[in-house]
Amino acid sequence: MLTYNLMVVDSSLLDELSSDEVDRIFGALADATRRDILTRVLQHEQSVSHLAEGYAMSFAAVQKHVAVLERAALVTKQRRGREQIVHGSPESIKRAAKLLDRYEGIWRERVQMIDNILAED
Amino acid sequence: MSIVSVEKDPQQLQLTVIAEFNAPPERVWQVWEDARQLERWWGPPTWPATFTQHDLAVGGTSKYFMTGPDGSKAPGWWITTAVDAPHHLTFDEGFADAEGNPVDLDDRTSFAVTLAEDAKGTKMTVVSTFLSAEQMEKMVTMGMIEGFTLAMGQIDEVLASA
Repeated sequence: MLTYNLMVVDSSLLDELSSDEVDRIFGALADATRRDILTRVLQHEQSVSHLAEGYAMSFAAVQKHVAVLERAALVTKQRRGREQIVHGSPESIKRAAKLLDRYEGIWRERVQMIDNILAED
Repeated sequence: MSIVSVEKDPQQLQLTVIAEFNAPPERVWQVWEDARQLERWWGPPTWPATFTQHDLAVGGTSKYFMTGPDGSKAPGWWITTAVDAPHHLTFDEGFADAEGNPVDLDDRTSFAVTLAEDAKGTKMTVVSTFLSAEQMEKMVTMGMIEGFTLAMGQIDEVLASA
């Protein structure tokens, strides 16, 4: 019964994310530049213009990438004077990663069980 | 652990698992082909699978259900889409009603299994492709039971009784 209770607790955690949200998170993380931007702002907050200096693309293009990350709730943006400061939101990232990790767990266990069957030969 | 690698592709909604086994492809094929062996690993230890029908032929249908600790049943179906024994198998999988018939044929996950001979015995590659993130969430929610099983060390019980 312990297993069952834990499962219920954790399902409610997943329920916090709607399928639209999950789609947005996976869509946002599918791009290498956006993953890079996310990595940078998770290390420390940065202005959009400072971020733009690091890429061979226009300020507007970088701003668009930031907007996609923002819609997926992976980052938050905040105006400070003339600057727009981008912060990472580790919570949503953790939840997205959890989904794929869980599915990975299913297969890790299946492979272990196949191993057990083969070991009986 | 015989897992060699796990690759996640969020954009394609794909998960690729590569594992190695100390047995030839012909032997590993049996754990997929023989329903009695398949049901020993398809469901988690706490939700064992029972296959009431299993036909690894192109167009063949398989019916199974998993039984939970409280006796509740989670039925599922497979339709085999390609077979080249003992090296290649593709099939679609989804949720079934109490009679084992698909709830929605379009709501499916696709699997591609490759068994290749290697120095150790067999390299097995399983590519799972989901149709949508929503669907992946459903599968994962069911699969969570397994994550916890692992976490609580119940796998040791399985190993001990095997």
